[in-house]
Amino acid sequence: MCVVVRFYNVTKIYKNNSVALNNVTLHIKKGEFIFLVGPSGAGKTTLTRLIFREDLPTRGQIVFNGKNVVRLRPGEIPFHRRKIGMVFQDFRLLPQRTIYDNVAFALQVTGASNHWIKKLAPEALKVVGLEGKAKMYPEQLSGGEQQRACIARAIVNNPLLLIADEPTGNLDPGTSRELMKLFQEINGRGTTIIMATHAWDIVDSMKKRVVALSGGKVVRDEESGVYGHGA
Amino acid sequence: MGHSAAGYYFKEAVNSLVRNNWLSLASVGVVTVSLFILGCFLLAAINTSAFINTLESMLEINVFLESNLNKSEINHLKEQLKFLPGVSEVEFVSREKALENMLTSLGNEKDITENLDENPLPDSFRVKTKSVELAPQVAANIYKFNGVSNVIYGQEVVERLLIVTRWIRITSLTSVVVLGLAAVFLISTTIRVSVFSRRKEIGIMKFLGATNWFVRFPFLLEGVVLGFSGALLASIIVYLVYTIIIDKIAVTMPFLPIVGQMDKLAPVYLGLLVLGLLIGAAGSSISVHRFLKV
Ligand SMILES: Nc1ncnc2c1ncn2[C@@H]1O[C@H](COP(=O)(O)OP(=O)(O)OP(=O)(O)O)[C@@H](O)[C@H]1O
Ligand SMILES: [Mg+2]
Repeated sequence: MCVVVRFYNVTKIYKNNSVALNNVTLHIKKGEFIFLVGPSGAGKTTLTRLIFREDLPTRGQIVFNGKNVVRLRPGEIPFHRRKIGMVFQDFRLLPQRTIYDNVAFALQVTGASNHWIKKLAPEALKVVGLEGKAKMYPEQLSGGEQQRACIARAIVNNPLLLIADEPTGNLDPGTSRELMKLFQEINGRGTTIIMATHAWDIVDSMKKRVVALSGGKVVRDEESGVYGHGA
Repeated sequence: MGHSAAGYYFKEAVNSLVRNNWLSLASVGVVTVSLFILGCFLLAAINTSAFINTLESMLEINVFLESNLNKSEINHLKEQLKFLPGVSEVEFVSREKALENMLTSLGNEKDITENLDENPLPDSFRVKTKSVELAPQVAANIYKFNGVSNVIYGQEVVERLLIVTRWIRITSLTSVVVLGLAAVFLISTTIRVSVFSRRKEIGIMKFLGATNWFVRFPFLLEGVVLGFSGALLASIIVYLVYTIIIDKIAVTMPFLPIVGQMDKLAPVYLGLLVLGLLIGAAGSSISVHRFLKV
């Protein structure tokens, strides 16, 4: 009940026969903050893509919030995705829209009324500290600010789960630490967070649960873990 | 769907049209041309059918009888004619009546016949068919009857008219179909370009949890707007051209029965507009289904 994501013996083999995930079993509880670590090609992104139902596992089952993700009908997929916020390394903001409009867009696509949008979008911008830059365009913002905008867009729907794939990959250490504070704050409000990252110093300093993948297998899973060396 | 969504769809469709202006223009142009031709064809068809109707009321088959028939044979023949498929009316014209008719129609030139010592005309039937198209077949059938000496009808006029209408029908419908398909293709290309130019945005919409319909609707709307604009343009041009032609004909050939009442023409314009919508919807559906798999 308080488990948000369950993986049961999940294997993902891509069409070119590369095994991205190999028999992964994993439970993620509500409110957890999980670092997904491992070398390049270990399967971190693949794992998040499967939760988001961007792709289907080759074998095994994935349950999100009590629903089997593998058996979602096509029409249910958008509604499944609305419960998950996504943050990317490359931000993926729409360049021709203002920061406010980018955040509002997340509500618009769900068919929210203008009334709701006007209430929720400023709130989300306030959480990430961008209320003063709402009218600016992405290119007028620094990388860290753009990532904050991306986070505001991801949380404006109040998702159950926030997935961040290398969110600090393009940012300097100082900015990265600032962003980590923000993620922790969001996690403190009850949002479960899965973060794939190579930033070992951040992982080591935050003392959260660490799931280490290597060659598609979970090689380590520890509470208040560290990045570890070689894996 | 909240009203923010409705506003969103409309804004997106308009933005897209402006972005792909050349292709949009070409699509609208082809829709306009094809529906213009269709409109002209429909108006021509309406008018020929009105023309044929007037002809129809005038057109009859004259069946001349051999002179040696007695009354019961004539009556028998009349019954036979009545039951012939395609025949709507049969009227007997006695030779005396025929002469009388001829004298009245000759009017001043009566004297030509005055010194005839005998009525040269035979008894005859006036046969009307249910439609003009049936006249040639009915006439041929009557000719085979016993006691019939000759069959005369406005053969050439009818045949010409039928050939001309058939020819108009074939050429205009073929070109409408070809151009209509071209219009569907062009609109689908426009929408495809539109989809590709916005694939980044579409990707973002998908990970934000937009439904298929939400992603697709602006593109469908864009196609429908293109189709409808073309149709509107075609209707306006057809209307103007037709008005000018009516005026010209009313002066030069007042005897032609031109259809001018709006209640008869409205379905044509309405049909063009609906067809424009359908062409647009078809064109955009093709691209949206092929290139917007979620
Ligand atoms: N769409 C795809 N088609 C084929 N193979 C893929 C695809 N995506 C990933 N792979 C392969 O699956 C394996 C896992 O890739 P994945 O992107 O999950 O790794 P990752 O842990 O996120 O790596 P990184 O740290 O570099 O982001 C790799 O071997 C990769 O080449
Ligand atoms: Mg990755």
